[in-house]
Amino acid sequence: MIQAKVYVTLKKAVLDPQGKAVHNSLLSLGFEQVKEVRVGKFIELSLAVSDEKEATALLNEMSRKLLANIVIEDFSFELQQT
Amino acid sequence: MSSSKHKPSLKFGVMLFPGSNCDYDCHYAVREVLGEEAEFIWHADGSPLRYDCIILPGGFSYGDYLRPGAIGKFAPAMERLREYAAGGGLVLGICNGFQILLEAGLLPGAILRNQGLKFICQDVYLRVEKSDSPFTSLFRPGQIVRIPINHYEGNYLADEETLNKVTSKGQIIFRYCDSQGRVSEEANPNGSLANIAGLTNEQGNILGMMPHPERCCEKELGGEDGLLVFRSITNSLKGGREAVAG
Repeated sequence: MIQAKVYVTLKKAVLDPQGKAVHNSLLSLGFEQVKEVRVGKFIELSLAVSDEKEATALLNEMSRKLLANIVIEDFSFELQQT
Repeated sequence: MSSSKHKPSLKFGVMLFPGSNCDYDCHYAVREVLGEEAEFIWHADGSPLRYDCIILPGGFSYGDYLRPGAIGKFAPAMERLREYAAGGGLVLGICNGFQILLEAGLLPGAILRNQGLKFICQDVYLRVEKSDSPFTSLFRPGQIVRIPINHYEGNYLADEETLNKVTSKGQIIFRYCDSQGRVSEEANPNGSLANIAGLTNEQGNILGMMPHPERCCEKELGGEDGLLVFRSITNSLKGGREAVAG
């Protein structure tokens, strides 16, 4: 089994009003050190495969097809053998 | 109100996803106001689509999980819709229907959360940018219409190359404007790029729009501007015999 952690984030060029609202809220709580906030998604998957190459190919395909909208989002992932 | 002025000669399909909620409004607008035939198409039905026009209604297909329209795009009926649209069939996606068409790649660009992070439910003014499309054949060029929007995620975005292309190819059909027709930042309710409220594919047979024309097809419901979209469709399908409204 391979455990995968997929991160989906808005592309750098895309404005993130949600991140901005969170940023403003953090500033009003006194966290003045915060310079930027971007909100994304974190998806955990368990794959019934043991080969990391196969898992990478599968994750690339499923991220492009469904997990991320590549028009506005980037994705990355980490794999862990379990 | 029921319109039985003429015998129905056209058949519309309204695609139903789990979570669609404007389906009956569209069905009603077509059958009772327009006086044409309307049938529901269940999303899991993979039969070939034989209709004159297919509507993807608004709502929250699959609860908007992951992204609006992200899961609905894989429905068996959507596969059939691709074939139907490739053959030139007319498709109208309204609100969530627009979002599904974008996710499916049948229209260019993507939808983000509204810039102001607020759910907006209000009437907006739209300027008709193109009146020779099958969806706007009865509008005057530059006509200003009032149609309601009702969404949290209607902020249209595309990259520069896509924007240039849809602009130069005349794919932008509606832009948000003020009551005088001025397309400005103040008149942009959700942050959409270039105030885009509705656009077509390059072939011009698929229209996606965030505003809800089915909600303003009768005077009793606050206006009839939306009916012009449906009447334009039937007018185009019947070969453009109806005269353009003065």
